Amino acid sequence: MIIPRVPAQHRRLLPDRRLSGPTPWVIAILMLLTLLSAAAGIGLARSANAIGAAIAGRVTVQIVTANPVTRAEQASALRRAAAAQPFVRTARAVEQAELRATLDQWFGSAEGDDPVLNSLPLPALVDIDFVGEDRSGHMAQLRALVAREAPGARIIPHAEWLGPVARLIRSLAWVAGALVILMTLASAAVVIMTARAALGTHYTTIEMLHMIGATDQQITRLFQRRIAIDTAYGIALGSAVAALILLLIGWQWSGVTSGLAETASLGPAGWALLLALPLLAIALAALTARQTLLAALQKIL
Amino acid sequence: MVEFNGVGLRYGPDAEVLSDISFNLQPGSFYFLTGPSGAGKTSLLKMLYLAQRPSRGIVRLFGEDLVSMPRHRLPGFRRRIGVVFQDFRLIPHLSARDNIALPLRIAGVSEEDLAGPVGEMLSWIGLDERAHAFPPTLSGGEQQRVAIARAVIARPQLLVADEPTGNVDPDMAMRLLGLFEALNRLGTTVVVATHDIHLISRIENAQMMRLEKGRLSDPTGALRYPPNRS
Repeated sequence: MIIPRVPAQHRRLLPDRRLSGPTPWVIAILMLLTLLSAAAGIGLARSANAIGAAIAGRVTVQIVTANPVTRAEQASALRRAAAAQPFVRTARAVEQAELRATLDQWFGSAEGDDPVLNSLPLPALVDIDFVGEDRSGHMAQLRALVAREAPGARIIPHAEWLGPVARLIRSLAWVAGALVILMTLASAAVVIMTARAALGTHYTTIEMLHMIGATDQQITRLFQRRIAIDTAYGIALGSAVAALILLLIGWQWSGVTSGLAETASLGPAGWALLLALPLLAIALAALTARQTLLAALQKIL
Repeated sequence: MVEFNGVGLRYGPDAEVLSDISFNLQPGSFYFLTGPSGAGKTSLLKMLYLAQRPSRGIVRLFGEDLVSMPRHRLPGFRRRIGVVFQDFRLIPHLSARDNIALPLRIAGVSEEDLAGPVGEMLSWIGLDERAHAFPPTLSGGEQQRVAIARAVIARPQLLVADEPTGNVDPDMAMRLLGLFEALNRLGTTVVVATHDIHLISRIENAQMMRLEKGRLSDPTGALRYPPNRS
């Protein structure tokens, strides 16, 4: 039971001063920051994973033979030979038009009839995706194949140039995760301080309750309930504001459809985790309060 | 009912505030605990109402050794003891009625079942009309009566009162003593710590326990080896 049941008559043992202290507000701020950090962490981690998965088994073979006819023949031969290999999932020759379209972004669109763009000695590219996990073994086999079908061609593993970006994103995700842990610890510390302050404020009541035969569990339930409810108010407030911010960011993000931004979504599991966090926080607060109170009461005979 | 044997009490590294205390409290008896200020009366009462364990010696209450008793068993014993404090210790945000009902609620008595006893107790102390008043609005005498009602509502086997008449006028003191006497007649063992010599003379058959410099005066041995009441 996250918030323990306490008979209404027992609840009156503590004066009703809900939301009067700083605890709910501090918890609200910490919850807001925790959820935003968690969302950032989940988004970044998913992005890093998506990039990592996309580049891990992919190489591009760049054929730079000067003669365009020979270059095209080598590319075609390599694609066919690679596609027939068991360690290759897909092999695709990148169309010259696709390459020019990429260059359009830098040279300006020439709508296919720019003589300068058409005269550029563009390399022939073959994208190859490996099968399975044994990438180093596949690379050795591919090198042999390339040496045979397109001597002089360069093999570019995508992990070489996108790997650092993925690692950076993953590092940021870890930082966000660490922030979530730190803010959880800070929230627990706030609950501990609140529990101790409550014990100090109501010491005479607690002493009296002990003297008339109240058990530690009875007294703890009273305070645990009060702290859990105050904390729940804070968590609800922080979560509502965080949800608003995340929906706003999500709405703005939906307009960004290019490049890395596409990979940075939360996904169903991410949303589920974000929804679970406030409940976990309330449970953590109630448990922390209970342990703090029981430990403090043990010191009183 | 209560047995102290060679009991000593010290707070921290200081000298003992109580030394070699030995006595037997008989069921249904009335005791006055007297002695000058600083003699250790409150410390002795604290051990009686289980707010303090002795530093040495044997304390047996209702036939059980309390010195080695695990802490979690103490609440059950405390429910058999009523305590009246000199400073009342009423819970200020609870009405007189709720303060009196507290021991029954803690013991798990339902609201239905406690309404009758609480009403009777309010009548007994003459505060029916002030049942819903909060302690800060009650006079000293009224607060003391509420404190006594709270101490006795669960029909304790042992009632311990620390200077219960210290904050009330002589007339009220006599009325409060009448309440204790009535309870004693119902079978409760009563221990009252007081300086008031007039009070002591009002109860027939009451026994004296005199503390001086942390030691219990018992020249005849009657406290340690009480005569058989039957």
